[in-house]
Amino acid sequence: MAATSTTAPAPGTLPASRRRWSPRKRARAFRAAQYGLLVLVLAAVAAAVDWENVGTNFFNVEAARAMLPQLPTAFRNTLTYTVAGFAVGLSLGTVLALMRLSAVGLYRWIATVYIEFFRGIPALLVVISFGYAVPIAFGVNIGSVTTKAALALGLVSAAYIAETLRAGIQAVPRGQVEAARSLGMSHGRTLRTVVVPQAFRIVLPPMTNEFILLTKDTSLVFLLGLAVSQYDLTKIGRDALNSAAGGLTPLFLIGACYLLITLPLGQLARYLEKRTGARSRS
Amino acid sequence: MTTPATTTPATTGPVVRIAGLRKAFGEREVLTGIDLDVHAGEVVCVIGPSGSGKSTLLRCVNLLEQPTGGTVEVLGVEVTDPDVDIDRVRTHVGMVFQQFNLFAHRTVLDNCTIAQRQVLKRSRDEAERIARANLARVGLADRADAHPGQLSGGQQQRVAIARALSMDPQLMLFDEPTSALDPELVGDVLAVMRDLADAGMTMIVVTHEMAFARDVGDRVVFMDGGVVVEDGPADQVIGAPREERTQAFLQRVLHPTGA
Repeated sequence: MAATSTTAPAPGTLPASRRRWSPRKRARAFRAAQYGLLVLVLAAVAAAVDWENVGTNFFNVEAARAMLPQLPTAFRNTLTYTVAGFAVGLSLGTVLALMRLSAVGLYRWIATVYIEFFRGIPALLVVISFGYAVPIAFGVNIGSVTTKAALALGLVSAAYIAETLRAGIQAVPRGQVEAARSLGMSHGRTLRTVVVPQAFRIVLPPMTNEFILLTKDTSLVFLLGLAVSQYDLTKIGRDALNSAAGGLTPLFLIGACYLLITLPLGQLARYLEKRTGARSRS
Repeated sequence: MTTPATTTPATTGPVVRIAGLRKAFGEREVLTGIDLDVHAGEVVCVIGPSGSGKSTLLRCVNLLEQPTGGTVEVLGVEVTDPDVDIDRVRTHVGMVFQQFNLFAHRTVLDNCTIAQRQVLKRSRDEAERIARANLARVGLADRADAHPGQLSGGQQQRVAIARALSMDPQLMLFDEPTSALDPELVGDVLAVMRDLADAGMTMIVVTHEMAFARDVGDRVVFMDGGVVVEDGPADQVIGAPREERTQAFLQRVLHPTGA
């Protein structure tokens, strides 16, 4: 650039001497400014925080230790509710996805209404309804909390899973269907043996995300009314908040437990995404 | 193999009889009255410019496209009759696609056995024996356990041929089988098709390979604008076309630089 600033500008261009910094130099300076800003903000926050109180209220070792005996059961319960809810969501979601793609207009309509409804209302409302409305409306009392949780959470996640699956089914190339049909497979058999298996592979990464969302939604099952042995992570965290000293430490502890479940799943999703990407390029 | 009475090939009469076939996609008429008979053991190559309706014609034979008019008879069964079980007819008609369309989630061997087992209800052992024999026939006996994504285009297309042959078809449809291949891979696929023709298979081949059509084809059908313009012995249609449109097309295809 220094060279151009001394030579006469080419016809039709601005005088180069006006540009004191080259674009690369400016980008470097901008990057440095961003680092500087970050350091400033961090320093300001660190200075503003009352570290002593944070220590006793957020990372209180005594309070955390008091919760430890309950943690394994709660951890297991949260996982159980998640897996059971996902099983329901996946089964129902598959049916809904197929209905969305059905040749029968009424099926498509029903599936669309279902999906829009359950995506549009908070999961909290569905869980409460399962605790109170269903027994009133249908006169049935579902005994098992796991079943209730699985149905309530499954109904909600089915709406999301259905949309993910539909996109996956539509992403299976048309030629796959034509090849199967040309070999004499019926429409239904083609779906079962060729389309759905491939759709599941396509949707594995987004499906992992559905699983993560569902894991967090299990924090709502306390609304169903739980016995002590059925407490999930959020429930023991909330109870510990009321009983123990140590401020918000219980919430930090169970937050870490959720991350213990969701972070590996996030890794898994990224890994699967990379793998499917690599395969589709081949 | 015993075949259901409804699809037993007629001992007399053509394998395929197409009469007054019309096909429209919405307003757009792609086929405007096609008459074509294909006899047992015949290799018919269909040539013509893109958009002339060649592929649509082929896809109407096994009803991947639903004709809007006319009749199509395959192995003595009128497939355009809505009461006909098309799935049953299709088990006797193999199809090979431009894009291979191998089942991406299955191994090569599975690709060749899945329909045998599910549709023809053959045992696993029998299906695998037949599949391996056909893979050997296309020169890929050693790739049975590979996944389609691990194969070259030419290999994938040969697997697709083996997959179709494993159903013991009485008619094979080829829809531009070499158009998606790198030039150096075309020869292997054409060689397999030539062997198949020599073995007496009835074949309809939509192709841009004029040398193949001339050498292997018994008949060449030239299509343009949704109709059959010229239909005759391969040597005559390609070597000495009678119709002006055929001459113009072949001139463009065989001498693209205008030599």
